[in-house]
Amino acid sequence: MSLYYVQKLLYELNRDEDLQTQFFADKDSVLADYKLTEEERLALTTPDIGLLYILGVNGQILMHYAAMCGYAWPEYIQAMRDALEKYGNVRAGLYVTTDGKGAV
Amino acid sequence: MSLVFAGVCSHAPGITGRKHMAARDDVDTFYAALDGMRSALEASKPDALVVISAEHFANFFMNNMPAYCIGMADEYYGPIEDPQWLGIARTAVPGNADLSRRVIQQVLQDVDVAYAEEWKFDHGISVPLHFLTPNYDLDIIPVNINCQGPPLTPLHRAWAFGEALRKACDAVPERIAIVGTGGISHWPATPDSGKIDADWDRDFLDRWQKNDKQQLLAYTDEQTWREAGQGGFEIRTFIAVAAATQGLPARVDYYRPIPIFAVGCTVGTVDLGEVK
Repeated sequence: MSLYYVQKLLYELNRDEDLQTQFFADKDSVLADYKLTEEERLALTTPDIGLLYILGVNGQILMHYAAMCGYAWPEYIQAMRDALEKYGNVRAGLYVTTDGKGAV
Repeated sequence: MSLVFAGVCSHAPGITGRKHMAARDDVDTFYAALDGMRSALEASKPDALVVISAEHFANFFMNNMPAYCIGMADEYYGPIEDPQWLGIARTAVPGNADLSRRVIQQVLQDVDVAYAEEWKFDHGISVPLHFLTPNYDLDIIPVNINCQGPPLTPLHRAWAFGEALRKACDAVPERIAIVGTGGISHWPATPDSGKIDADWDRDFLDRWQKNDKQQLLAYTDEQTWREAGQGGFEIRTFIAVAAATQGLPARVDYYRPIPIFAVGCTVGTVDLGEVK
């Protein structure tokens, strides 16, 4: 589990347009700098926004990455809801849902 | 000089980014309230605008997270978010490093604030500026209170920070406006996005309007998380403004829960009395 580094990568990506260009051209060249599990690597590269949410990525970091990956707002919310059904509640951090489902 | 304007407003990205998905009346009335805030701000003829926000990992991460930070640059840049997604074009924003330096030096007398000579804005500052200084022609002093990555600063320290900031504003000759920006109850960036507890918000805003220090500082973070969501931690920005204007009543110019904006949309102004 290296949630810290998943979030750090997304933090760097979110704020650095040059890194975004590099990442989408060659993801492995960026991922090589971070200590990640295979599950985390897959969630990042797919991208599986829902799984990143379940892994505990802070919502304010993930929201920006979802937008960068082209998720429209309803798709982004739905991806998190679908992931709750598929994987169960958020595994770490502040963004665990209060009811394990999403209240809206 | 001292404060010439003080207020609070919401900053959620949906306010600009999901305008097209909102009910017309919600957009019209909330935007009108923000326009009113801009008019009042402009009428106060400020030399600089201090924006106390709760940024969302645009500059600060858990490798070195300041509880409080003040920008100290002649120019800032933002938003970091995709401009189409946020509905705000990327732009340079003027700052005033010299004024920031004097403010920071004074704040340090009371609070160990960090400073930053680089700062990229995210929606936490870019959304308020989109409405309040749309021509980006007023010097901005960005201020951040960590409301996202726990451990968070206690509410009583947010109050102390607001007091320190006020003393710093009093100590410089410039005319200073101050705006705190955050959400009250909300569950942003979760499947619960759009959930808003209007009763909780109105109770908080009542405490804020009365500048009731004891009641404003009565919340625990556990209670806020449970009752008002992750976004509720941003009450620190409102509390800092209350502390900077302690003893003065305020009014809520606008409050309406707008779920597609994912926040109870708020505009509030502090009655500073006669300011010349």
